[in-house]
Amino acid sequence: MRNYSIFALAREALRGHRGWEQQWRSPEPKSRYDVIIIGGGGHGLGTAYYLAKEHGVRNIAVLEKGWLGGGNTGRNTTIIRSNYLYDESAALYDHAVKLWEGLAQELNYNVMYSPRGVMMLAHNVHDVQVFQRHIHANRLNGVDNEWLTPEEAKAYCPPLNIARNARYPVMGAALQRRGGTARHDAVAWGYARAASALGVDIIENCAVTGIRRGSNGAVEGVDTGRGFIAANKVGVVAAGHSSVLMEMAGVRMPLESYPLQALVSEPVKPVFPCVVMSNTVHAYISQSDKGELVIGAGTDQYTSYSQTGGLPVLTHTLDAICEMFPAFSRMRMLRSWGGIVDVTPDRSPILSKTPVAGLYVNCGWGTGGFKATPGSAHVFAHTIAQDAPHPINAPFNLERFRTGRLIDEAAAAAVAH
Amino acid sequence: MLLIACPYCGEERPELEFRHAGEAHVARPDPIAEIDDAAFEAFFFLRDNPKGLIWERWRHVHGCGRFFNAVRDTVSDRFITTYKAGEVRREVVRDDEGGYQLKGEER
Ligand SMILES: Cc1cc2nc3c(=O)[nH]c(=O)nc-3n(C[C@H](O)[C@H](O)[C@H](O)COP(=O)(O)OP(=O)(O)OC[C@H]3O[C@@H](n4cnc5c(N)ncnc54)[C@H](O)[C@@H]3O)c2cc1C
Repeated sequence: MRNYSIFALAREALRGHRGWEQQWRSPEPKSRYDVIIIGGGGHGLGTAYYLAKEHGVRNIAVLEKGWLGGGNTGRNTTIIRSNYLYDESAALYDHAVKLWEGLAQELNYNVMYSPRGVMMLAHNVHDVQVFQRHIHANRLNGVDNEWLTPEEAKAYCPPLNIARNARYPVMGAALQRRGGTARHDAVAWGYARAASALGVDIIENCAVTGIRRGSNGAVEGVDTGRGFIAANKVGVVAAGHSSVLMEMAGVRMPLESYPLQALVSEPVKPVFPCVVMSNTVHAYISQSDKGELVIGAGTDQYTSYSQTGGLPVLTHTLDAICEMFPAFSRMRMLRSWGGIVDVTPDRSPILSKTPVAGLYVNCGWGTGGFKATPGSAHVFAHTIAQDAPHPINAPFNLERFRTGRLIDEAAAAAVAH
Repeated sequence: MLLIACPYCGEERPELEFRHAGEAHVARPDPIAEIDDAAFEAFFFLRDNPKGLIWERWRHVHGCGRFFNAVRDTVSDRFITTYKAGEVRREVVRDDEGGYQLKGEER
């Protein structure tokens, strides 16, 4: 792998940009690997990277049915934050934020992590109380989060409408300054390039159609569109399709898959300095470096694999955006799209061993797993390599739905986060 | 937006009048206080999440207010049929053109 640097850029500028190499290899699949990761999103590619980098596993394949990052990794609104209520969640998401801070250097790839601050608006007394509780819990866990008055919120984000007669009055806000955004595609590409350089085979256009188990019940390999590939360790990291894949191994999951939509406006000059989220009225907004307003909606009410959602969800979101930011009511929207998100009953992810020996699962990130990508990949690689969870992901096991030790962020957020 | 035929009102109405209400035909164990943890998990948390046909409940909240069952294809979001709560699960078969037909009513 040739390093990216200012010198490489200068050299290529002088040579007409003919010397750039392919970012990752496209090898033919081997007949056997030590570890197979199913799913070429950020979480799967990152897992392969950390397996190779930190655990010395070299014979790894990532199997992706389409193209890298074509799932939710390339479809999300890229909000990064770690101000979750429960200790377990704060530890997991803050582990990720700490890795985001050094990720571009680690991967030698500009993932454009931008800690521009994530501000969550409180519109009613309930919101105020809940956010203050979050702020206190976060600070006890060493996670930054602070309370802003409406005036302070407006100073931080000038387009905000804090008029007292607004339809959704702003009664204050919780601000996590280390929160922000990153470039979603770059996360998939950066991990792919770094993993490939460490010998990981990344195989696109290779859908897994079956998971084979031997007579002792343990995993033996996977059937794919390109034939059978053997492996004694298989990690399922397939977001909305996780239930479908786990079913292939005979494991029924506590998951339901829903469409989640987002949309972007025409690009404009910098107008929006941070990320603003309103859980109560379902509106999430930031501005990309290209200048588009990036707006996230809620999930549809029904389960689906259609990768599109209904128009009422988008209109509902845009209603709220126009109320809070009247200046945006004339903006034209360029594109909207949907992704399929896998939602658990407690709205916390599952990073776990499974009842099947050699089968591991990283799923249930639902509407909010982009922010966790590096942390999730890091602890999941540990889980696969050691056949035991890392202390950070131990509580996020599959058994919690049997033991009752839920991590109930559903009650804490209950909506897209 | 989906168009949903309420089997009580006998009319196809826009999705906004309805609330999705999860997997259909999940029977509450009886007596529930005596079930073990595995049965509790299965009843409360494990759900069908198929890429294909799903049997699900809807409620016509802004209409008659009643719950009913539906069979839908989760890839196309097309409804195959809807039927009243309490009726037996409707079986569906695939036809030659790749569509779905109600069992016993194949054309
Ligand atoms: C509209 C939208 C907005 C969002 N906004 C945010 C946000 O602001 N902040 C945040 O933190 N999170 C957000 N999320 C959630 C976030 O995108 C996901 O939690 C995260 O990206 C999941 O990453 P992943 O790598 O697990 O999954 P994916 O990127 O979906 O990767 C899974 C891969 O598995 C592949 N696959 C599936 N089946 C098979 C098979 N049979 N064989 C081989 N490969 C298969 C898929 O093609 C896919 O590429 C949002 C999601 C959506 C849809």
